[in-house]
Amino acid sequence: MVAVGLPERAATRRPPARRGRRAAGRVLPLVPAFGLLALFFVGPILWCVYASFTDIALTGAGASSPHLVGLRNYRQMFSDPAFAKSLWLTIVFVFGSAVVGQNVGGLALALLMNGRRRIVRSVVGGIVVGAWVLPELVAGFMWYAFLSDHGTFNALLHAVGLHGKSWLYTSPLLAVTITNVWRGTAFSMLVYSAALSNVPDELLQAAAVDGASAWQRLRHITLPLIRRAMLTNLMTITLQTLAVFTLIFVMTGGGPGTKSQTLPIFMYQEAFKFYHLGYGAALAIVLLGVGALFSLVYLRAMRKEV
Amino acid sequence: MRRKSAFAVTTVMVAAALSACGGSSSDGKTIKVAYQKFGNFIGADELFKKIKPVFEQQNPGYKLKLIPIEADENSYYTKLNLMRRSPNTAPDVAYEDTFFVNSDAQARFLMPLDDNLKSWPDWSQFVDNAKVAGQAADGHTYGIPMGTDTRGLWYNKQIFAKAGLPANWQPKTWNDVLAAARQIKAKVPGVIPLNVYAGKGVGEAASMQGFEMLLYGTGDKLYDDQTKKWVAPSKGMGDSFNFLKTVYSSGLGPTPQQTLDPHWSDNVAGQELPKGKLAIDLDGSWLPQAWIPGGASAWPQWSSTLGTAPMPTQNGQAPGKVTMSGGWLLSLGARTKNASAAWKLVQLAMNKENSLFFYVKATQVSVRKDVVDDPKYVEGNPTQKFWTDLVSVTQYRPAYSVYPQISNQLQAATEAVVTGQGSPQSAMNDLAGQIKQIAGPDKVEGKS
Repeated sequence: MVAVGLPERAATRRPPARRGRRAAGRVLPLVPAFGLLALFFVGPILWCVYASFTDIALTGAGASSPHLVGLRNYRQMFSDPAFAKSLWLTIVFVFGSAVVGQNVGGLALALLMNGRRRIVRSVVGGIVVGAWVLPELVAGFMWYAFLSDHGTFNALLHAVGLHGKSWLYTSPLLAVTITNVWRGTAFSMLVYSAALSNVPDELLQAAAVDGASAWQRLRHITLPLIRRAMLTNLMTITLQTLAVFTLIFVMTGGGPGTKSQTLPIFMYQEAFKFYHLGYGAALAIVLLGVGALFSLVYLRAMRKEV
Repeated sequence: MRRKSAFAVTTVMVAAALSACGGSSSDGKTIKVAYQKFGNFIGADELFKKIKPVFEQQNPGYKLKLIPIEADENSYYTKLNLMRRSPNTAPDVAYEDTFFVNSDAQARFLMPLDDNLKSWPDWSQFVDNAKVAGQAADGHTYGIPMGTDTRGLWYNKQIFAKAGLPANWQPKTWNDVLAAARQIKAKVPGVIPLNVYAGKGVGEAASMQGFEMLLYGTGDKLYDDQTKKWVAPSKGMGDSFNFLKTVYSSGLGPTPQQTLDPHWSDNVAGQELPKGKLAIDLDGSWLPQAWIPGGASAWPQWSSTLGTAPMPTQNGQAPGKVTMSGGWLLSLGARTKNASAAWKLVQLAMNKENSLFFYVKATQVSVRKDVVDDPKYVEGNPTQKFWTDLVSVTQYRPAYSVYPQISNQLQAATEAVVTGQGSPQSAMNDLAGQIKQIAGPDKVEGKS
């Protein structure tokens, strides 16, 4: 526009104007994406924060005219022994199935497969990834069938003369933990396989020549080199495991009693079985907080240089 | 040129996204009816499919839109009330559980029907006990009962014969029930003598078919309508827990593992009873739904194998038998844009012919006096008369929004007793404490 009256200067002016227009042209198609993100991602989170300070419910007086109740939902939560138990179960579940199970299992698989023949790698990898590809619902149902009283596992035990037991009844948290490890290890394995391929062979060979044992090579060379991948992996699987709902819901429903009632199940019960949307929202915020806390720890550790 | 087309695509996408958010606009000429359709339960779906053409013919210009919600009872209710949160999605007519009447009226989801009922001749055909089911604490009626269910004892006559018990068994007290169970345990090994639901696995069945069927036979109740307070602890409550302890600790009942399996109530109807592995079952009137031809586990011999008896009161005190009822209502949405057409739909759906159709399809117990004598009503289900007669003594659960939570605690308390984790006394005290916390200490009174 400015260039119109000044033809002799147009040559010098046009590029910035064109650049501006080009930038606008690039940003414009992103606007709907940002708009949708704001609408369907930021919006619900903000609504959830607001709802956690109200007595909003699915039925009763709180359904038609919710009131702000300040911190009541949070006070109720922290004085509720069921919440404390649920938080503890969540932490045990995340630690057992993600931090230890999937993480160590994935690393072990990746190390064992590293440098093996191609056929071995594709067969083992295919089987492990197969478990990961299954939808959560299907995996949960398969393990329910496998571990139930008249399930495959007890039948196998009987076949070799051992007594089975009601696994889902006597050790529900262990059952869902094992299932989650079974299902999620593939992801860690893939991350670690990629990371291990970046560890230079020369370093390992040099160390071997210097007389370092396999364990020393792993401890002092491989692990420090894949540290970043490890932390990224830990963060991802921790957040995924924190949110696991379907698996537990299908296998035990959070029971028997509250023995496998992790925070997502507890939240579902409060919001959609007891109809306290406000309290459920407060629980969601706390769950978000727990996830943020874990992420913060991992991010911190990642920033540190060795 | 490329930029222009990018812009055009963007515009179209935004427009599409926005219009998708707008949802369906209600013009007042479309009547929306929401109901549950789940597993074996397709009675409501069949009813509304049947009357849709009739309604549209009787009311020219109107359309009837059916919204079958495929979900279990608990999720149905969640979905229904989420729909009701916006006027765009709120149904004009909905299928509503009787025990949510108070809280949904409080939430202003429902329209009072008192004036409509005055000019509806059919209303006088409904039994008084059932009319109350649609009434909230404010005295207004918010729904028309679509039928009900009752609870009592099913028993296997073949097992009874082996144990030397009468084919026409009519226990008069709790002790009579226990005595029969002991006799079966002694003489017919390998069968479960008596099933009383307990624990969180089976959910509401543990509260309603199990604990409340005991409690309401002791003279005590869970909620006192006069004082408007929850009653805990009470002598009857302690006695009910003791009954459960007796059944489960002396091997008269199923094992705790069986009872706590979330699928136990399905197993009872689908396997234990048909296979003759269970002698006495404290359960609901709807069980034959699974056994009739086309049911989930068809069992043609059920009506000759099984007998029915009312659950006796604790010591045989009047009226001698106890039963609990649930059931569903047809309600008008408070925000409906065409109340008169919606009301016409309810009248049509609940007239004599269609009520009968629904009772038979959904194995419901009739709440209309003029249907009971119809031969079609008892056809194919000889126990139907027995369950219908129980309506005269029936009682309803406390219809308050905290009930689901209290029921959940009740289930947890029965679970502690049947697994032996807690004594009846400690389970009752824990429960009383939980009820105080849920309902508020001023809304609870003790009677022990």
